[in-house]
Amino acid sequence: MEWLNTIYTSFYNALIPEQRYLAYLSGVKVTLLVALFATILGVIIGILVAVVKVSAKNSRNPVMKALSAFCGFYTTVIRGTPLIVQIMIIYNLVFTSRDSNEIIIGTVCFGINSGAYVSEIIRAGIESVARGQMEAGRSLGFTYIQTMRYIILPQAVKNILPALGNEFIVLVKETAVISVIAVNDLTKMASFVGSRTWDILPPYLIAAAIYLMITLCLTMVLRYFERRLSQSDRH
Amino acid sequence: MIVTKNLRKSFGSHEVLKGINQHIAKGEKVVIIGPSGSGKSTFLRCLNLLEEPTEGEIIFEGTTITDPSCDVNKLRQQMGMVFQQFNLFPHKTVLENITLAPVKVKGIAPEEAEAQARKLLERVGLPEKAGAYPSQLSGGQQQRIAIARALAMNPKVMLFDEPTSALDPEMVGEVLELMKELAREGMTMVVVTHEMGFAREVGTRVLFIDEGIVKEENSPDEFFGNPQNDRLKDFLSKVL
Repeated sequence: MEWLNTIYTSFYNALIPEQRYLAYLSGVKVTLLVALFATILGVIIGILVAVVKVSAKNSRNPVMKALSAFCGFYTTVIRGTPLIVQIMIIYNLVFTSRDSNEIIIGTVCFGINSGAYVSEIIRAGIESVARGQMEAGRSLGFTYIQTMRYIILPQAVKNILPALGNEFIVLVKETAVISVIAVNDLTKMASFVGSRTWDILPPYLIAAAIYLMITLCLTMVLRYFERRLSQSDRH
Repeated sequence: MIVTKNLRKSFGSHEVLKGINQHIAKGEKVVIIGPSGSGKSTFLRCLNLLEEPTEGEIIFEGTTITDPSCDVNKLRQQMGMVFQQFNLFPHKTVLENITLAPVKVKGIAPEEAEAQARKLLERVGLPEKAGAYPSQLSGGQQQRIAIARALAMNPKVMLFDEPTSALDPEMVGEVLELMKELAREGMTMVVVTHEMGFAREVGTRVLFIDEGIVKEENSPDEFFGNPQNDRLKDFLSKVL
């Protein structure tokens, strides 16, 4: 039973002395806040980019065409380059001052990245809504934007909620990468604890367990919302 | 009320409407019939600019609506449209379907819009469906709600694009009945349909559109009783 005792001591050391559990908690807080704000930013960017792309398809307006081309460039670059490289570029390009707020740094980096993926999800969602819905809205006197807002997007979001929720869960995990630019998220805090105890494995196992718990909870929340939103599908 | 001058519409190199000149007066019930692909739906959809005419003019109550400076959204508030596929908003209840446009477009107070919507539901005979979602209704009921939704904007004219073509035969009657009632109340109506009985009974004028032009127009009695155009004779012999 000697080995069991060793494991116990390792985990004890990774959690209790010097109130190390607080380190994980502060890391979780940063991870969740970054993921949450980045998702919000990502969805805002995603909706804008998707609406521009969809509307430009049927428009002859040169401004729309230019905007759409820019949006196309944005999604191509973001989806075609590694996340960690993007983070390094954005961090060194924008946040040159050392005392920038870490939540803001993370939000901007991941929001810009996530927006590209979310825009493709939302575009697919908009295109999944029957064409007659746009015509019905317009025939009642709604403007294009109003029809999008009250009629098309609510239905699109319902269709893509699983994909969108999945993107959020992916984001929670991906934020671990942010530790490379000195943001004290959960992964970074685990590595701090490891460097204090000279035993690197237990803190990372603890961090992994916490990530897993968060994603499982999010999956459950997502299921709940999907059920609520499918109310209008009842027969 | 609505005047079209040399109205033409092409999709790519295919010309669907080849110059239509029409004058639709207030209170008229114009019924448009014709074979599929003849351009009758396209003509109807041009009237509220769901399709942008390639050439020609449309004048609605003295305003040239084909002019680029015309506020299309203001115009459409005055023209109700009913679609073949109903196009109710599936994520909204029946009541919300009817009140959405009056509240968001016209800026009517929600309580007032709801009171008006309930009256309309009464009128289309579905007051008990206020809280239902479109997917819970039959096709005929959905179409009656769609008519109520269009009426909620108090339009000056109602455009019907094959309103009964997607319905089960047993549900056609209830929708036609409602349209007849609307006609009796004096609404100006333009109806694209395959229901010859309706055209004969309700229409004040019947148009036969084929190959993108109006080949014959007349009062229903003359139109069905004494058709002149050979293509129309052929068409009528097949559908009657």
